[in-house]
Amino acid sequence: MANIKVLVAKPGLDGHDRGAKVVARALRDAGFEVIYTGIRLTPEQIAEAALQDDVNVVALSLLSGAHNTLFPKVVELLKEKGMTDVLVIGGGVIPDADIPGLKAAGIAEVFTPGTPTSKVVDFINANVK
Amino acid sequence: MANETLKAGFDAYMAKADAASAKFPERAHLEPNRLYTPLDIEGFDYEKDLGFPGEYPFTRGVQPTMYRGKFWTMRMYAGFSTAEESNKRYRYLLANGGSGLSCAFDLPTQIGYDSTDPMAEGEVGKVGVAIDSLADMEILFDQIALDKVSTSMTINAPASVLLCMYIAVAKKQGVPSDALRGTIQNDILKEYAARGTYIFPPKPSMRLITNIFEYCAKYVPKWNTISISGYHIREAGSTASQEIAFTIADGIAYVEAAIKAGMDVDAFAGRLSFFWNAHNNVLEEVAKFRASRRVWAKVMKERFGAKKAKSMMLRVHTQTAGSMLTAQQPNNNIVRVALQTAAAVMGGTQSLHTNSKDEALALPTTESVTIALRTQQIVAYESGLADTIDPLGGSYYVEALTNKIEKEAWDYIEKIDELGGAPEAIAKGYIQKEIQDSAYKWQMDIEAGRRIIVGVNKFTQEEEPPKNLLRVDGSVGKLQADKIAKVKATRDNAAVAAKLAALKAACADEHVNLVPLILEAVEAYATEGEICGVMREVFGEYKAHTAL
Amino acid sequence: MDIVEEILKQNRLALSKGITAVENEYDNAVDIMTKIYTHTGHAYVIGITGPPGAGKSTLTDKIAKEFRKRGKTVGIVAIDPTSPYSGGAILGDRIRMMDLMMDSGIFIRSMATRGSLGGLSQKAGDAVKLMDAFGMDIILVETVGVGQSEVDIVKTADTTMVVVIPGMGDDIQAIKAGILEIGDLLTINKADREGADKLNIEMEMMLELNNEKNAGWRPPINRTIASKDQGTEAVVDSILAHRDFLMKTGKLDDIRKARIKSEVTDMVNVRVNRYIDKNVVRTAEFDETIEKLQRRETEPYSVVDNIVSKVLK
Repeated sequence: MANIKVLVAKPGLDGHDRGAKVVARALRDAGFEVIYTGIRLTPEQIAEAALQDDVNVVALSLLSGAHNTLFPKVVELLKEKGMTDVLVIGGGVIPDADIPGLKAAGIAEVFTPGTPTSKVVDFINANVK
Repeated sequence: MANETLKAGFDAYMAKADAASAKFPERAHLEPNRLYTPLDIEGFDYEKDLGFPGEYPFTRGVQPTMYRGKFWTMRMYAGFSTAEESNKRYRYLLANGGSGLSCAFDLPTQIGYDSTDPMAEGEVGKVGVAIDSLADMEILFDQIALDKVSTSMTINAPASVLLCMYIAVAKKQGVPSDALRGTIQNDILKEYAARGTYIFPPKPSMRLITNIFEYCAKYVPKWNTISISGYHIREAGSTASQEIAFTIADGIAYVEAAIKAGMDVDAFAGRLSFFWNAHNNVLEEVAKFRASRRVWAKVMKERFGAKKAKSMMLRVHTQTAGSMLTAQQPNNNIVRVALQTAAAVMGGTQSLHTNSKDEALALPTTESVTIALRTQQIVAYESGLADTIDPLGGSYYVEALTNKIEKEAWDYIEKIDELGGAPEAIAKGYIQKEIQDSAYKWQMDIEAGRRIIVGVNKFTQEEEPPKNLLRVDGSVGKLQADKIAKVKATRDNAAVAAKLAALKAACADEHVNLVPLILEAVEAYATEGEICGVMREVFGEYKAHTAL
Repeated sequence: MDIVEEILKQNRLALSKGITAVENEYDNAVDIMTKIYTHTGHAYVIGITGPPGAGKSTLTDKIAKEFRKRGKTVGIVAIDPTSPYSGGAILGDRIRMMDLMMDSGIFIRSMATRGSLGGLSQKAGDAVKLMDAFGMDIILVETVGVGQSEVDIVKTADTTMVVVIPGMGDDIQAIKAGILEIGDLLTINKADREGADKLNIEMEMMLELNNEKNAGWRPPINRTIASKDQGTEAVVDSILAHRDFLMKTGKLDDIRKARIKSEVTDMVNVRVNRYIDKNVVRTAEFDETIEKLQRRETEPYSVVDNIVSKVLK
């Protein structure tokens, strides 16, 4: 029996965790196993947690505007650790103009404010490796 | 009309209306009653429940004249990138009729890291201005006369450091500290519960707060030493009642801490201020403002035995709800902010920040900030909402709602008392859990269509991605690094080391007020990271362990 | 990647993938566990359990740090319950252990109970073996002491610690009574709360009544305030004292023998249960028998005899 494991993490210094917590609960209620790491994490901590729990998905949330630096760094570190089959998704206050760059850096999808949690669930179910 | 006659009339009305409402099933779930009558405020006592403006229990407002004396302070929260850039925005806002400043600091500044700290990577200048040392603060307030303007600073864990920088800049301008007017947020409890920019554990944090109360009572008497904030609790997803209940519970904890430190309640309570959120539901918000004043007045008088009227007044700054802005159809946000402004004004706020329409997407542009400021001016000068005090006082609905919110708030405060007060309730995760449950319910209501957000889950449309968003580029980090290097090359490093050593020694002795030592370190151009670093060494760091 | 070979070379990714294989019952799981077995038996295993809200994961975090200070490497298996409604779970322990994340002498794995056919203790046991083979000196297994299967897991540890807190009210008494007796060590966490002294006395009294298993060993009662890292050193000292006791008296061998016995028994049970589930329960014939039973055309005793004689032929 293989359940989908999701790490919900907030990189950087941003403390706005309403969205991350709501998503974490919604994912749990959709039948996923969710590891919520809390706020103020370095990309290194997130990648290491993802490795130790061998998660299928890393969901990053950030509202401070530091996403262009921190999201790609998480992807890079995951690759370095050999976690090549992890689906990395992101959410938060992210301007449309930044999305192509983030996708090119390996973020599979970016969810902006107003996205229903069901959309995140559907995306994970459809794209998890 | 006698109550029995009224009751009979009401029942007859309801029977008819129930039959008619079958046509509007989608409105049937609404929580308020369809109609409010004197039956809903039975026992209403004008003098006891409302009183006159400026009089206990201050339901109708804290000043006798309210906006007939002067409008609320139109205080726009701003700050991004470098001190130079933010200084330009401040001077623009003051030139356009803004009546107070409100400084937004970037996250490294709020968490006590220099811009060069590895933890600051990617965050420098992003959500506010980067301040590393007194040198940055001098630029931030360049050509702004600090004896004329009142300045609010959204700073909590390192509030003492930024306040000292402000005092030091004023001194250089020749303005004595007793002439300074403004506010520091300085509310650490809600950082643990909802906002996340804490540094130290609760005990030393509470010490810093009472140190500031004491210092300001002596040297900066016109300064609001704390802004006890419900805003972020609401943003994190709480209800209106939870917003005021959890915040007033925090307020009770601060008052208790100061009294325990040996202060007389009337010596500091008049400088406590509050910070509310102006949310979407206009009349609920008006009732919330009114209820909160009544609760605080009773707390101060009955629980703490305050004697001065000023100690019992809940003076409030308000910000329109950032989390209610939508990324979809952003122009709709202008309308939302206008309604939220109306709520804050009818609720009797002392100052107001209005959000800009593009803030669900990025930091606001000058154009969108101007619209937000104009919104306040239109409400003030054109709408008539500010023409008379507490215009909704006596409305059956608003009075009933005020009573209901007050009751819910008391129930929560009682529960928190049982848990041992706000710091304990936060340590146990109780407050966080209540907020999270409300946030989750809100989201699920939207997803199930039980709550409509225009443009998000109804009346949606395809739209072009918005243009002209303000962007803070990555070069700010480099600029700040250069400035820090320059400061460190030109200051007297031996003096800095001595000041930091003195501060460190004082941290270990809980009877010493740290503010004068921090001021000395600031004036020697120690960086914020160095000062907070010394305190981190002694105090340790707080780790949030709240589970879901 | 040859998972076993890489685990023995202390490859963290391999360890993680190995645990996933046993957790998800991948095809290669049996192969991995077969090859790894001879490389196990070096780690000292400590079970930590107690009622919800006792602060077990914070305490586990502090104990892990204390062992690191003493030069030991530490593996942690933290088990959280799966929601019976959604099948999902919040694995909440890692948030309390984020400090440990960048320490290469530590490896933390969260697991959900998943309500499988009694396979949880086997999976957790396999995870422990993989960490053991990887070279962790100390392995902490942490579960909520509510369900029988969770209690079973920690029961098989070399040393079992039960964590309780003051002031949880009467409803906790039953849980306490049930799990206290499995503790080789008892810890009163959040000891700065009211009622710690009273709880301590109650527990001392309970110890007077019990315990043949620990003849010659009286479970020490330690007091901690894990959130402030107070009392952790004493707890670790007690753990090591218990280990010395077990070694000196030869009981460690007995415990490990019992553990192996229980593991093998469990494995047999799981395999037999699955066989029965597949070949008996999920058959049309079985459905028909159930129908017959419902119509009272037959009775269950002969049905069971019939099935068992076929299965055990």
